[in-house]
Amino acid sequence: MEIIIESLPRLLGGAVITLEITFLSVLLGFVLAIPLAVMRVSRLRCLWMPVYAFTFYFRGTPLLVQIFLIYYGSGQFQVFLDSVGLWHFFKSPWFCAVLALTLNTAAYSAEIFRGGIQGVPRGEVEAAQACGMSGLLLYRRIVIPKALRIAWPAYTNEVIFLLQASSLVSIITVMDITGVAREISARSFAFYELFLAAAAIYLVLVYGILWIFKRIENRINAYLQVGQH
Amino acid sequence: MSFFDLQGYGWLLLQGAKLTLYVGICSMVLAMGLGLLGVLCKFSRSSLVRFAADTYTTVIRGIPELILILLVYYGVPTLIQDVTAKFGQPVYVSFDPFVAGVATIGFIYGAFSTEVFRGAYLAVPRGQVEAARACGMSRALTFRRVILPQMMRFALPGLGNVWMVLIKATALISVIQLPELMRNADIAARAPREPFTFFFAASLIYLLITIGSNLVQQWAEKRASRGIITD
Repeated sequence: MEIIIESLPRLLGGAVITLEITFLSVLLGFVLAIPLAVMRVSRLRCLWMPVYAFTFYFRGTPLLVQIFLIYYGSGQFQVFLDSVGLWHFFKSPWFCAVLALTLNTAAYSAEIFRGGIQGVPRGEVEAAQACGMSGLLLYRRIVIPKALRIAWPAYTNEVIFLLQASSLVSIITVMDITGVAREISARSFAFYELFLAAAAIYLVLVYGILWIFKRIENRINAYLQVGQH
Repeated sequence: MSFFDLQGYGWLLLQGAKLTLYVGICSMVLAMGLGLLGVLCKFSRSSLVRFAADTYTTVIRGIPELILILLVYYGVPTLIQDVTAKFGQPVYVSFDPFVAGVATIGFIYGAFSTEVFRGAYLAVPRGQVEAARACGMSRALTFRRVILPQMMRFALPGLGNVWMVLIKATALISVIQLPELMRNADIAARAPREPFTFFFAASLIYLLITIGSNLVQQWAEKRASRGIITD
């Protein structure tokens, strides 16, 4: 028990890293996923096929392979990466972790948002077209907001998965919650104490984020609730 | 072409892939067993049993797989040791990575299967259950004859998803040194110093497993709904 209290500050420090990596990847992944989803529903072959290949690869392979490909795999191209000035980034485990998680969540989110876009009622699109909207304006004002509302519950799940998946970055030496728990337990042999403490912190984070996302869901769907104030 | 030259390590990857599939199938069987048990508990008449099942699915789905794998592989033996030491005689146990891996992955995805089965259970029309009860079947017999066969059909798409996530999650067992695909790719990548080539090759094998599983799932769903009229 003492060892848990003793290592609590470091575990909480790890929690900050976990949240930081998750937040960055979710944000960047979201920014990537929206255009990818729009491209994915396009009828133009040169638009949807590359997105299809990208999502197929990143959803069909384990995240651990993707992390290793980027972190260890980049070493094979060190000379090239050095010559274009990118090696500085790829030798940092933190950067590779965020890059891998971003690409992974972008692939999953793009598929979720694609479902959302396809779920937008035809009538709403036709009404907007009748009002003279088209192209980007139609997407910005009508399709994307509606698609996001439809996709929100599934997207919530994806964010929760990403938070949990971020524990894999400890394998490439990033000191997140899992990383801290592994390091301290390997030194002190207090395995179950540390891993149970880490599990408890994850539980709190997961259900905390779930609560926040539920609040957002209620808010963006507020207009659907009749007679509630 | 030197890029795809696996320099004689190809067989190591294939051996790993075999173990990955084996671990995956064993875990899936365990997960489905636990899922069925879980769903029976979720609809149990005892509120204590229902509470236990809810706790199982809520807690397990909120903890990363990696933490649970480490907890089972490293934590449980030390816990047993500490507890038995309190009673005088410490017992030293250690787990085989295969057993620890299958047990953990099966236990985690048992929680997900429980939720899948729960949805499938609710999808079986209530009238049929009432009709079976009216015919004099007991609760157990109703479950076996009426609910279970239909539930399996409703559960297939969800179980397919669980399998897809599960087979990718087996890569995490490489952390406790089980020589499955991921671990073997790691070993193979070291000697020739070509990590990208080997991890990419491993990822393609995972991709093949995914494609194969997709085909099997499509076939199974089609087969399960033969004789069902849809409009």
